[in-house]
Amino acid sequence: MVQPLDILKETSSQTAGPYVHIGCTPNITGIHGIYDADLGASMKTGPVKGQEITLTGTVYDGMGAALKDAMVEIWQADAAGIYPSAQDPRGSADPNFTGWGRSAGDMQTGAYRFETVKPGRVPFPDGRMQAPHVTFWIVARGINIGLHTRAYFADEPEANAEDPILTRIEHQSRIPTLLAEPDGSGGYRFDIHLQGPNETVFFDI
Amino acid sequence: MSNADKARAGGYIPRDRGWHPAPFHPPYKTSVKRAPQAALLSFPSTLSEETGPVFGHTMLGPLDNDLILNFAAPGEAAIGPRIIVHGRVRDEAGRGVAGALLEVWQANAGGRYRHKKESYLAALDPNFGGCGRVITDADGRYEFRTVMPGPYPWPNGMNDWRPAHIHFSLFGAGFAQRLITQMYFEGDPLIAHCPIIGSISDPAAVGALVAPLDMARTVPMDARAYKFDITLRGRRQTAFENRPEGL
Ligand SMILES: [Fe+2]
Repeated sequence: MVQPLDILKETSSQTAGPYVHIGCTPNITGIHGIYDADLGASMKTGPVKGQEITLTGTVYDGMGAALKDAMVEIWQADAAGIYPSAQDPRGSADPNFTGWGRSAGDMQTGAYRFETVKPGRVPFPDGRMQAPHVTFWIVARGINIGLHTRAYFADEPEANAEDPILTRIEHQSRIPTLLAEPDGSGGYRFDIHLQGPNETVFFDI
Repeated sequence: MSNADKARAGGYIPRDRGWHPAPFHPPYKTSVKRAPQAALLSFPSTLSEETGPVFGHTMLGPLDNDLILNFAAPGEAAIGPRIIVHGRVRDEAGRGVAGALLEVWQANAGGRYRHKKESYLAALDPNFGGCGRVITDADGRYEFRTVMPGPYPWPNGMNDWRPAHIHFSLFGAGFAQRLITQMYFEGDPLIAHCPIIGSISDPAAVGALVAPLDMARTVPMDARAYKFDITLRGRRQTAFENRPEGL
């Protein structure tokens, strides 16, 4: 016999199911009057610093069909690379930027869309700088545990080339699955593939 | 002193993926084409995962944690067995997680969701919306009031029924703790038949999702109570920084 470790097990995930929007974006489903607004619908509470961008994309299943019942959340630093979080010890973020967005996706196409800013660089634990990135979290019916990934920016080749995580990926041919591509009009497109030859690199963080 | 040298708690303890449900679980048919096939990319958490959005108690409305009344017409109430769900959100070291946002959603007492894609013929309750939210107190405790959700059939196998359940979405202090799960009810015979629960292989992990009846919190002549504690990921605690000798 040995002493118990007294470590609790994390509560197991379960799928968000087909009705995640009832709980997380009820106004979009037509349930009005409980919450004034859906959380995460806007990431800006006033004029923000930095380059304003839109981030759009679609989540595809292994048959190439767009998911229309997914919920996508993003979390990112402000334009200076500071997180609007009490857990960031490096100072205060842009007070008009929440850093967090939630999208139920377009009811017809499933496409998500965020109006945000291009994030600044954030240090890795060893002090090296990471390339600008946006953390994604995807849940849906059929996804038993939420999927983490990141969108980096295709127009940041120097920063991407020295990013501590991108350089760790064994199959470098998969890096394009993590790159948001400029659309030429101030926006970026970042599609997510759950399976297939272009399967997005998902993270265990 | 560079930013990276400032004292910081350790990174998040890695997820035990064998304790969580298998992403690919053919009896749950939708998982077959939605489960990633490649190995996940593992790396230590960074500020991007150790930080997370902050939700203040001031954003809550007075009925946000009362699903019996928050969609009901004035003077009316949702139909069904009245229950209180309460518990404590803690991390893997057992410390309460203060300020955690919990969002919950569920079917009504007949097992029907208020959703246009819902095809079950059970009746809608005009006084039940089906969602609520609450933020944990300084000790990690939460409580909300609702009606007992009904079990419902769903298109998977020929005759699959979900056990009664409440969906939970949780935010901790760091985005690495983000979690969606479901709470089940003690004694529900459908738990053993559910292909979604069946994606979890460890019976102890399933048991941790089943809330016991809590007579001590039950309000006589009013509402029964169920207790559902939730554990979010924790961070390594150490006085020793992980850096090369001599620095
Ligand atoms: Fe459900």
